Amino acid sequence: MTKEKFDAIVVGAGMSGNAAAYAMASRGLKVLQLERGEYPGSKNVQGAIMYANMLEAIIPDFRNDAPLERHLVEQRFWIMDDTSHTGMHYRSDDFNEVTPNRYTIIRAQFDKWLSRKVCEAGGTVLCETTATGLEWDSAGKAIGVRTDRAGDVVLADVVVLAEGVNGLLGTRAGLREMPKSKNVALAVKELHFLPEEVIAERFGLTGDEGCVIEAGGTISRGMAGLGFLYTNKESISLGIGCLISNFAETMERPYALLDAFKRHPSIQPLIAGSEVKEYAAHLIPEGGFNAIPRLCGNGWVVVGDAAQLNNAVHREGSNLAMASGRMAGEAISIIKSRGGVMDKASLSLYKTMLDKSFVVEDLSKQKDMPSLLHTNSPNFFTTYPQLISHAAQNFVRVDGTPKIEREIATTAAFLRARSRWGLVSDAVRLASAWR
Amino acid sequence: MKTAIAERIEDKLYQNRYLVDAGRPHITVRPHRSPSLNLLALTRVCPAKCYELNETGQVEVTADGCMECGTCRVLCEANGDVEWSYPRGGFGVLFKFG
Repeated sequence: MTKEKFDAIVVGAGMSGNAAAYAMASRGLKVLQLERGEYPGSKNVQGAIMYANMLEAIIPDFRNDAPLERHLVEQRFWIMDDTSHTGMHYRSDDFNEVTPNRYTIIRAQFDKWLSRKVCEAGGTVLCETTATGLEWDSAGKAIGVRTDRAGDVVLADVVVLAEGVNGLLGTRAGLREMPKSKNVALAVKELHFLPEEVIAERFGLTGDEGCVIEAGGTISRGMAGLGFLYTNKESISLGIGCLISNFAETMERPYALLDAFKRHPSIQPLIAGSEVKEYAAHLIPEGGFNAIPRLCGNGWVVVGDAAQLNNAVHREGSNLAMASGRMAGEAISIIKSRGGVMDKASLSLYKTMLDKSFVVEDLSKQKDMPSLLHTNSPNFFTTYPQLISHAAQNFVRVDGTPKIEREIATTAAFLRARSRWGLVSDAVRLASAWR
Repeated sequence: MKTAIAERIEDKLYQNRYLVDAGRPHITVRPHRSPSLNLLALTRVCPAKCYELNETGQVEVTADGCMECGTCRVLCEANGDVEWSYPRGGFGVLFKFG
């Protein structure tokens, strides 16, 4: 293998790596993909929701054989305090379309399937192989990858770094910074198994319909974070994530946070009687636009989570990963077909494609949101959820108190907690960060 | 509903599959007299509870239950408190679902 040279090496077999490898292999490039897990997906963790459009751009007929759990017809947004949730539910039969928009998936199964497509397209996938470093020529161009297989060096014209948020190669080589603790969230998740019909009944679902809940509030104990519950076919993915910097400040235990979330009176009945079969932890890039590193250089490109391409506000990640991987693969194929050298100038085609796409456009739209939520987390994640809960209860509870007194009490509570200036300033900052 | 029984992290990790590379831990803690604040935080923040204080007040790591998330790397690699690499190919946590 040492003497064999590839057109491209892809480090990692997650969403972005598989997309890149497929894009290149299906265009006839000689691709080697390295995966440190036992099989593709065995090291990968996600919530997980998969968006159809970005996969369609890679495998148009994926619905024929991809392992999909449920297509989503209902989304619940919950603001929680310790005993209640105030929610907005959106449910629409429009999502029961011929080609549904998004699905829940189980990554270990999905990644294995997508990797099989890479193999069918002619890519070589080498599992149980950890890439340990990049190999450079004297002119400073990446020419391959070192692995832990007998110290082998594998050579290629270009290396696609699809190594995830905690990727070592790019950071060790100084191509990008280590993620900062205020720019990454630690999420923990459990998979709760329940009979299919129990899930259907509890969430009002038929067939392959699915429901998701995204929840914020006192469940994150003042930290910037979110809880989630996703329905799979016969299991429920339940998790919660908060910024690492917040964890370090509060010294909260992630699994204690998850257990408290599970026992919340709004969540507990939904998972009652379930059997937990896995506990997972993973980092999520939260820095947004401002945290995107250099995307390409001489002989390398970086894609997906490794490039911090994650939309924290909309909780989208795998689609940005798939799109960036595909674009990197397409760009490399175009350069190759022109007979070009894989240097920084030619590979900037990938950056140009990405800049013009929804990936960078969406991230730049809300580039101030991460820092706003970070600096103001106690207000957004504790004070407001409590106020909203009290306001809702004031509105609903009937006990003979005149309505006007209740309204005055609600308004007073908001003013006491945040002051008139504080409320206006929070609203303005939130609105401007959203724009 | 309010009688909460704390679940043990050991029971959670017991659900997972691991292939431990015996004798080759992928994370090591630099010898220290007293731990830095970030290193100390890991005794609570590590989602697999790999870090613990020993009797003499130093932080020790047992990486067997590690889920390779990288939290300790983000908090402690830059100042040299921990040295981090991935397990050898095939070793470490093996997610069944992910």
